[in-house]
Amino acid sequence: MKKLTLPLDKETVRQLKAGDSVLISGEILTARDCAHKRLTDMIKSGEELPFDLKDAIIYYAGPCPAKPGMASGSCGPTTSSRMDVYAPVLLDLGLGGMIGKGEMSDEVRKAICRNEGVYFAAIGGAGAIYGNSIIKSELVAFPELLSEAVRRLTVVDFPCVVAYDCRGGSIY
Amino acid sequence: MRTVDTKEIADKIYELALSAGVTLTPSCMDALKKARDGEDEGAAKFALSTLIDNAELAKERALPVCQDTGMAVVILDIGQEVCLVGDLLEDAVNDAVRRAYKDGYFRKSICDPITRENTGDNTPAAIHTHIVAGDRVGITYLPKGFGSENMSAMYMLKPAQGVDGIVDAIVGTVKKAGSRPCPPVLVGVGIGGSFDTSAFLAKKALTRDVGTHSERADIAEIEKVALEKINALDIGCQGFHGKTTAIGVNCEWAYTHIAGLPVAVNIQCHCVRCRKATI
Repeated sequence: MKKLTLPLDKETVRQLKAGDSVLISGEILTARDCAHKRLTDMIKSGEELPFDLKDAIIYYAGPCPAKPGMASGSCGPTTSSRMDVYAPVLLDLGLGGMIGKGEMSDEVRKAICRNEGVYFAAIGGAGAIYGNSIIKSELVAFPELLSEAVRRLTVVDFPCVVAYDCRGGSIY
Repeated sequence: MRTVDTKEIADKIYELALSAGVTLTPSCMDALKKARDGEDEGAAKFALSTLIDNAELAKERALPVCQDTGMAVVILDIGQEVCLVGDLLEDAVNDAVRRAYKDGYFRKSICDPITRENTGDNTPAAIHTHIVAGDRVGITYLPKGFGSENMSAMYMLKPAQGVDGIVDAIVGTVKKAGSRPCPPVLVGVGIGGSFDTSAFLAKKALTRDVGTHSERADIAEIEKVALEKINALDIGCQGFHGKTTAIGVNCEWAYTHIAGLPVAVNIQCHCVRCRKATI
């Protein structure tokens, strides 16, 4: 299985093909419905975002609270299509890609192609395995959103499948 | 009359909720293993193996199987000869849910529908009470994730559409959901009743074990035909294609009106965590 270390350079992204199984290590940022609404509202009003979008990978996820001694609670992916409306905006501003589960819209696929991004599918429902491969979790923004806050996760060998590659390929 | 303190019901719900969050039902686990063994090499088999490993890790270390520890659905069948004493039943149930989600390190996912403000403790639960014969209290606890709940649908069919219409509604709902509800799914179907009762029956159908069939031969046939058609869709585990898109179709029914044929389809992801007890 291919091992990927974040951040991904464009050359690596170009080599990824829909259907490839990969193990991802490095830093990713969690954001789901509420956080995306806030981020896009900030973009509209010209405010500075709480993290650098450039080549970042957003993970559509909201973890369980961490048990004592663990960096994170269970943390599998949520359904990506709810973020269809937000993803193209972020990709056009430099977001490197996303991790989630399930199909996304044609607009998202087009935005991935024009920006040479990538969309990885994590295995929905494997929350314990994903939580267990997080070695560090820091709060980045919106703590009042509780599990929906933006967190920076350091992950080791996150099992994913390339769902949409930058040439328009799809596993679905 | 038999007296039951609502605290006793709450303590049992607390116990069921803690266990449900970290363990799949045995019938669900068996179905996932069968699906893995029957799948050809590829992404779907890899995903099924990962899910089985995940369920084993979760059980061993008491970690939530899925981070969506759900909305707590509690169905109480209260015997007519039971006299409930103590705290208000609704308060007792919500207190049990609140404690379980805190002590289990489960995610709190309940919010106001308009402001989206999180209640912070996963309450209130969705509580259904029914008065039944006897002097026992039956408890069914189902933590329901919303990735799959969002893919559910309600149809008010014409009587002329009959059995074919019912099967098309079931298969069409799963097809439209595609990869999004975390297939392989369990499909709960409520046939008949009124608009609201069919939706409840669809939920109740999800509390039946995977692999069980309706006692009515004609409805068991609908379950069988719909399951075969769903598994011919080639959606597969996680939408990665393959032979298993659903692990079961469970139908419940009720008498309906001469003018109507309500069909509710409630989708459950592969993470089936239902628990039952009787007091």
